[in-house]
Amino acid sequence: MPSTVQAGANAPETFPQYLLLNAERHASRTAMRHKDNGIWKSWTWAEMADEIRAFSMGLAAIGLKKGDKVAIVGHNRPRLYWAFAAVQALGAVPVPVYADSVAEEMTYVLDHAGVHFAVCQDQEQVDKLLSITDKLKDLHQIVYDETRGLRDYDHTNLHSIDAIEQAGRDLVAEKGDADWKKGIADTRGDDIAVMLYTSGTTGKPKGVMLSFDNLVISARNGNTFDNLTKDDTVLAYLPLAWVGDHVFTYAQAYVAGYSVCCPESPETVDSDRREIAPSYFFAPPRVFENLLTAVLVRMEDAGKTKKRMFDYFMAHARRVGEPILNGETVSFADRFKYWLGELLVYGPLKNRMGFTRMRVGYTAGEAIGPEIFRFYRSLGLNLKQLYGQTEASVYITAQPDGEIRADTVGRPSPDVEIRIEESGEVMYRSPGVFVGYYRNDEATRETKTNDNWVHTGDAGFFDHEGHLKIIDRAKDVGKLNDGSLFAPKYIENKLKFFPNVKEAVAFGDGRDFCAVFLNIDLTSVGSWAERNNVSYASYQELAQHAQVYAMMEEHVRQVNEDLASEEMMAGSQIARFLVLHKELDADDGELTRTQKVRRSFIAERYAPLIDALYDGSTEKYVDTEVTFEDGRKGKISATVQIRDMERLPVTGGHKEAAE
Amino acid sequence: MNVHMREDMSLHSMRADDGIAKGEELLKVDNISLSFGGVKAITDISFDIRKGEIRAIIGPNGAGKTSMLNVINGFYYPQEGTITFRGKRRRRVRPHETAREGIARTFQNIALFKGMSTLDNIMTGRITLQKRNMFWHGLWTGPAEREEIEHREAVERIIDFLEIEHIRKTPVGRLPYGLQKRVELGRALAAEPALLLLDEPMAGMNLEEKEDMSRFILDVNQQYGTTIALIEHDMGVVMDLSDRVVVLDYGKKIGDGTPDEVRNNQDVIDAYLGVPHEEA
Repeated sequence: MPSTVQAGANAPETFPQYLLLNAERHASRTAMRHKDNGIWKSWTWAEMADEIRAFSMGLAAIGLKKGDKVAIVGHNRPRLYWAFAAVQALGAVPVPVYADSVAEEMTYVLDHAGVHFAVCQDQEQVDKLLSITDKLKDLHQIVYDETRGLRDYDHTNLHSIDAIEQAGRDLVAEKGDADWKKGIADTRGDDIAVMLYTSGTTGKPKGVMLSFDNLVISARNGNTFDNLTKDDTVLAYLPLAWVGDHVFTYAQAYVAGYSVCCPESPETVDSDRREIAPSYFFAPPRVFENLLTAVLVRMEDAGKTKKRMFDYFMAHARRVGEPILNGETVSFADRFKYWLGELLVYGPLKNRMGFTRMRVGYTAGEAIGPEIFRFYRSLGLNLKQLYGQTEASVYITAQPDGEIRADTVGRPSPDVEIRIEESGEVMYRSPGVFVGYYRNDEATRETKTNDNWVHTGDAGFFDHEGHLKIIDRAKDVGKLNDGSLFAPKYIENKLKFFPNVKEAVAFGDGRDFCAVFLNIDLTSVGSWAERNNVSYASYQELAQHAQVYAMMEEHVRQVNEDLASEEMMAGSQIARFLVLHKELDADDGELTRTQKVRRSFIAERYAPLIDALYDGSTEKYVDTEVTFEDGRKGKISATVQIRDMERLPVTGGHKEAAE
Repeated sequence: MNVHMREDMSLHSMRADDGIAKGEELLKVDNISLSFGGVKAITDISFDIRKGEIRAIIGPNGAGKTSMLNVINGFYYPQEGTITFRGKRRRRVRPHETAREGIARTFQNIALFKGMSTLDNIMTGRITLQKRNMFWHGLWTGPAEREEIEHREAVERIIDFLEIEHIRKTPVGRLPYGLQKRVELGRALAAEPALLLLDEPMAGMNLEEKEDMSRFILDVNQQYGTTIALIEHDMGVVMDLSDRVVVLDYGKKIGDGTPDEVRNNQDVIDAYLGVPHEEA
C-alpha cells in the first residue's frame, strides 16, 4: 500500500485525530452550520468535538465496538456527519446509504455490509429499517435524530441521539474521556475508514472499502491543488453515500478545517445556497443544467427590457468572459462593457444562483454540455471539470486554474499515474486507490491489478496538451454497421443542452443507423405550453403533442448539423427519434440514484419501441408499468409516434468519413 | 454551548392548562337544533368530543356536517340546545371569541390571504395570542419585538413540523392546492388550539397528498395531544384516522361510535347506499 504521509512527524492519520487537532487549532472557528427553524445555527470545532465525543461514548455504551459496521441513513444533517467521526473514533466503520432508496434496495446493501448499528435521520428511515429487520440478522441497535412521531415506539433497541449523547456526557463527567482519546490515538492510517456502495450502473452495488490513508492523502492533495483552507465554506447537499460528498464535505473539511453548511431540507437547497454563498462548490452537471434551465425559463417570462439586457450582455460574456477569466488580452472597451454587464446582469445572476463568493467550482460525474459549461465560465465563475471515481477516493484528473477546456477533464491529479490501454480504456494508480470491494474478491481482482492499477471502465485519450478526454463508457462505445464510430453519450449530451430536453437515450451499436429516445423537460416545455396556449392534461399528453414533436424535430436537426461538422461523428447522425410517453425515473429503475441513465435496462424495458425505431413504423402502442412513490404499481399506455430525420452530408471538407 | 431546540416542545406553551385529563369530555353538544327560516339544517343532535381524540363527523351531502362545525365554532347560533366547552355552558358567542377560547378551524374551500407569504399567513394564526396592543406593535420595539420573536419561533416550529420550509416566503396564491391546505392547517395550529376543527381537509387531493395530510393529522394529535374534530368524505381516511365517528343524515344523528361500530350500523349503511328517505 502506498503510504505517503509526508506532513510532519505527528501529522494526524485519521479523521478522529484531525477532529481533536482542529478542536485545538481552530477551536473557535465555525466547523458546521445548519439551518433549523429558519435560522442558521453554528458549531465551532471545539463544540463539534464535544458533541461527537458525547455521541461516540454513548454509542460505545450501548455496545458499539471496533470493527462493527454502522449504517448512516438520511439527508445532510450535522448529526449524521458527526456519526462518521463518532463511529470512526471507536474503530467501527460507517456505511452511508442512499436515503431515498426503497426498502429492498437498502436490504441488499445493509445485509451485504452486515451492519450492526444504524443511525437514521427520522421516522421515515426508522420505519424503513424496522420493516426489514427480520432480514438483517446482524442489526442490533437503531439510533435516530428527529424524534417526531417516534415517541410511542418500542425503545428497547431504538435510541434518540439526544439520549445517546446524554449518556455519553454522563460518562465523560463520571470517568473522563481518557479511554476514548486513547482509542482515537490507536486508529491507524491503513484502517478501513468508510465503506461506500457504488450506485450500481451495472449489477448489484459493490461496497468500496477506503482506508484513512486513501482519504486523508487524497483530501490533502485536493486541498493543496485548489488552495482550500480553513477560510472556505461548502454546502453539504449531495447524498452522504456518494464519494464526492464524503470527500468534499467530510474528508477535505476535516483536513483543511473549513466549514460545512447543512441546508434546512432537500427542497430548500437553492435558497440556502443563496444565503451561504459557498466558496467551494461541487455539483454534478445536472445541477448546473437545472439552474440554467430555470434561469432561461424565467428570462422567457421576464419583461422586454430585462430580456433584451440579458441577451445583450450574455452575448458579450460569451465573447469575452472566458478570455478575461483565463487572463488573456482583452481590449479596454470590451473590459468596460463586461464590467457594466457584471453590474447589471452577471452579478445579480450569480447572486441569484448563490455563486457570488464561489472561488472554485467543480462539476463531475458525467460529461457536461460544453454550452452549459461555457455559460457559467463566461459569467466569470471558476468552474472546472474533474474526473473521479469512488475507487480512487474521487481524484483521477482535474483541470488546473487557467487551463480549462469544455471538452477535457484535465491533467492527472497530484500523485496520480494514468495510462491508456490498447482498448482505449483509462487506467490509473494513486494513493487514493481503494483497498478492495467488501466480500467480493472476484470483483476486486477484475478491477484492480496486482500492482495497484485500476480499470476505470471509461474510454478516453490524452490530447496534445496532456489533458484527458473521456468519450464514453468503454463498453458503451460501439460501431454502426457501416463502421462509423458510435458514442451514445456524446450524442445524448448534445441533445440535453436544449432546455426542453430533459433526458436522451441513443441507440445504434451494431445497427444500421442511430436512433434516440427523448424525454421532454416538464418545467421548460410546460412553460412554453402556457405561453403558447397549448393545453394538456398530463405529461404524457404534452409529450405526444404535435407542436412539441415539431420542436424536438428542430432540436434533433440542429444536433445533426453539429454532428455533420465533425468528421469522427458524422456517421452517427440521428436518423429516427421518438418522444417517450413517461419521464425516466429512478423509482422504475430507469435511472440510477445519482440520476444516470441505465441504458441496458431501458433497452430491455422498451424493447418494442426500439424495434419500432428500426422496422420503419411511424407509431407504436406500448404498455408500461410504473412504480409510484409509495411502492404501488400502475400501468400507463400510449401510442408513441416516431419521426424520420434527414441525415446531412459531412461539412468542412471531409466527405469520405461516412458513406 | 449550542442549545439545540427540541422539536417535540409543546405547541401549547402560551395557553393555560384547562385541567381536563385526556379522555375526559372537552366539548359537549346537547339537543342542538338549527334552522334557516323553514329549512331545518340540524335536528336535535347530541354528542361529545373527548380530550385527545380524533372525532369524525360524516354523512352524505347536505347532512348538516358543516353547519354542525359552524355551530361549534360560534358562527351559527342554534335555536335550541346547549353547548358545553371545557365544562362551561356557552352563551351566545362570536367566532373570534371561540378562537380566543381555543377553537381553531380550517375551511372546506381554502380561506388564506392569497397575496401574503406562507410565513405571514401562519403568523396571523397567532393574533389571538398577542399580549401587547396595537400601539406597541406599531412601535415594534422592546416588549413587542420580544413577543414577535416568540411568535415567530412558534411559527417556525410549525413550518418545520409541516415540512413547508421551502415555501416559507412564497405567496400562497402561487402554491398548489395541496400545499395551500397544509398552510391552512399550519395557521390553525398556530393558534395553539385546544380543539381543532377540520372541514374536509382532504377534499380535492390526490392519493399521495391525502396520505401526507393523514400523517400530519395523526402527528398533530399524537405529538401535541390536540383534540381534533374533522369532517371528511373519504371513508377510508375517516375509518383509519378517527377514534370515534358520528354520522349525520338529513340533519339527524343516525350513528355514533368507533369506526367498526359505525361501519356495521344498518342505518349508516342505508344512508350511504341510498335507501329512499321516509318523511318523518
